[in-house]
Amino acid sequence: MGIIVGKDTRVVVQGITGREGSFHTELMLKYGTKIVAGTSPAKGGTTIQGIPVYDTVEEAVQKEKANTSIIFVPAAFAKDAILEALDAGIKTIVVITEGIPVKDTIECIAKAKMENATIIGPNTPGIINPNEKVKVGIMPNHMFSLGIIGIASRSGTLTYEVAWEISKIGFGQSTCLGLGGDPVTGLNFVEVLEMFKDDKETRAVVLIGEIGGNAEELAAKYVEEVKYPKPVVAYVAGRTAPPGKRMGHAGAIIMGRVGTAQTKIEAFKAAGVSVAETPFDIAKILKEKLKG
Amino acid sequence: MKLFEFEAKNIFQKYGIPTPKGKVVTTPKDAESAAKEIGKPVVLKSQILVAGRGKAGGIKPASNPEEAYQIASKMLGSLIKGLRVESLLVEEKLDIVDEYYASVTVDRSARSYVVLASTEGGVDIEEVAEKSPEKIVRLNVDPLYGFAEFHARKIVKKLGFGGKDLRTFSNIIYSLYKITMDYDAELVESNPLVKISDGSFVAADARIIINDDALFRHKEFSERAFLEYGEREAEARRHGLSYVDLTGNIGCLVNGAGLAMATMDLIKTFGGEPANFLDIGGGARAEIIKEGVKILLSKPDVKVVLVNILGGITRCDEVARGILEALRETGVKRPLIVRLVGTREEEGRKILEDAGINVFKDVEEAVREAVKTVRG
Repeated sequence: MGIIVGKDTRVVVQGITGREGSFHTELMLKYGTKIVAGTSPAKGGTTIQGIPVYDTVEEAVQKEKANTSIIFVPAAFAKDAILEALDAGIKTIVVITEGIPVKDTIECIAKAKMENATIIGPNTPGIINPNEKVKVGIMPNHMFSLGIIGIASRSGTLTYEVAWEISKIGFGQSTCLGLGGDPVTGLNFVEVLEMFKDDKETRAVVLIGEIGGNAEELAAKYVEEVKYPKPVVAYVAGRTAPPGKRMGHAGAIIMGRVGTAQTKIEAFKAAGVSVAETPFDIAKILKEKLKG
Repeated sequence: MKLFEFEAKNIFQKYGIPTPKGKVVTTPKDAESAAKEIGKPVVLKSQILVAGRGKAGGIKPASNPEEAYQIASKMLGSLIKGLRVESLLVEEKLDIVDEYYASVTVDRSARSYVVLASTEGGVDIEEVAEKSPEKIVRLNVDPLYGFAEFHARKIVKKLGFGGKDLRTFSNIIYSLYKITMDYDAELVESNPLVKISDGSFVAADARIIINDDALFRHKEFSERAFLEYGEREAEARRHGLSYVDLTGNIGCLVNGAGLAMATMDLIKTFGGEPANFLDIGGGARAEIIKEGVKILLSKPDVKVVLVNILGGITRCDEVARGILEALRETGVKRPLIVRLVGTREEEGRKILEDAGINVFKDVEEAVREAVKTVRG
C-alpha cells in the first residue's frame, strides 16, 4: 500500500535526454521503479539506459501503458509538458522543475482537476514508497527504508534529514512526498492527510512545513475537525525568517501578517498536533507516540 | 520583482487607469520645477521598493515650488526603512472625496487569482480584513474561464455602487486583472484608489509585483531585476544563489531552502544569531560554493561560518574544494565549522581535514560548536 504510487506505477520520464532527466532515470531504475518510457521531442526511436524514447507522451501511454509521469523539462516548457501528459490521460504527474511561472501552474492544476489527475509539485523532490520499491523523484535512495511513517513536506533536503532519522530508529516510511516549494502546488497537506488516513500501512504522519501561505493552518484545522485517527507530528521551518523576504523557495515568504512560523506552530498545537522544536526531535516524538 | 510606484503608474495609464499628474525627479532643482509645472500644491513621494513608506516619512506634502525644493533636498539621499532614496515622484495633491481599495493577487490555497475590492481604502487592508471582513468583496477567478467584465461589475455592485461610479470602478478593476495577466504579476494593487471632487476616479497609489519565475518572458525588466536587493543579495543572485541578510553573526551556507531555514532556527534554539540565509541549491559546483563562501566572508559581522550540507545531488567533494578556494582567494581567517554527509562524503571530509578543518557528521553538534565559537 502507501499512497499515490505503488507496484502498478508505470513511469514515463518527460525530458529523459536532459542532464537531470537521464541522471535520475538511472537512480530511479536502481531503486526499482518501473520506468517504461521517456519522451523527448524529435528524439523518438532512440533508447536511454535501455528505456525507449518517444516523441510524445501519447505514444508512451499507448505503447508502454505509462500511467505516471515525472517532468524534468525546463520551466519555460513545463506547462506544455504537463498539459501534454494530461491530454494523454496520465493521472499522476510529478513536476520536479523549479521556477515555473505561477500563472502556468494555476492553469495546469485547474486542468488536472478537470481530468481527475493529481499533480505533485512543482518544485518537488517527488514521491517515494519504500515498501513497494517505487521512487518517482530525485531523493537519495539510501535515506529511505521500509516502514510505517507517512511524510508530507514543503522542502527537499530537510525532508531527507527527517526521513533518515526515521530510518535510523527503525520506523521507516510508508510513503514520503514533497508538496513542492512553490506558492501554488498540486497537493496540499490536507489532501495528503486524507490519503494517509485511509492507508493501512501508515501508522503516523509527519508534516514538514515552512513559512508562507496558510497550508499548515488549514492542516491543523482539518486534523481537529475530523479527529484525525493517527498521530500527527509537525515541524515548521523559518522561525527566524524576516517578513517580506523570500527564503529560497518561491513559496517561503511572510506577506504582511500571513504565513509566520509562529501562527502555524500555534495552530498545530491548538489542534493537538505534536510540534517538534527541531527536525531531529521528530523521530523522538514518533518513538514516544508509537510506543508499545 | 517589485516595480517602483512610477513604473506601476505608467502601466496603469497604458491600461486606461487615471493617475495623478506627476514627474519623477532626482534633484531638488527638478523637484522645484516639477512643482512649478504642476502649478498647485504637490506631494513628494520617495521611490523605494518597500511598503509602508508613508508612516516612515517617505511621503511629504509641499504647498509651493520653494517648499518642494526644501523637502526634496532633505528626502533625496536619505534612508527610509534602510533603503536609499534616489528619486522622488512629485505629484499634484488630489482633492480627495473618498478612498477605496482594489487589487488582484494569487490565492495560494484556492490555487487561483483573486480579485479584492473594498470601500475602505488608504489603510492597511489586512487590518480591514481582520476587523471588518464584510467590507471586502472578493472573487476567485476560474483559471480556465478567466475574469470577464461582468465579474468586475458584480464586485462593484456588491460594494454598493451604482450609476456612473459603477462603470468607472469596474472598468478599473477589469484593467487591474488584465495587467496581472499581461505582466505575470503576483500583485497589482491600488490603495488608495480615490474619488476626487470632480467625481472621477484616480489611482493615488499603484503597486505591481511581477512573479520572479515569469521574468524570462518579460525581458523589458531584465536590466533592473536586482534593484530591490541589497549589495550582497544582488551579488548572490547573480551567481544563482538565494541569499537574505540577517542581523546575527553566524554566517551559514546550506543546500536546500528548508534545511537552510531549519539551520537558522537551530542556531537560535542553541542561543546564537544567524547572520544570513544562504541556499546553494542542488548540485552546486565548487565554483558556486566558492562564491557563496566569499559573500559570507565579505560581511564584517560574520564571526564564524557554518556550512551544513546533506549531499544528494550536491557532492561533498565539490563543496570542500569550493570552501578551500574561497579561503585561498580571500585570505580571510575566520573559524569555519562544516557538517558534511551524503554523496562523496569521505572524499570531501579528507580534503577539508587535510587543510586542518574540522568536519562534523551531526548537525546539532556542528551548530552547538558554532554558537560556542562566537561566544568565545
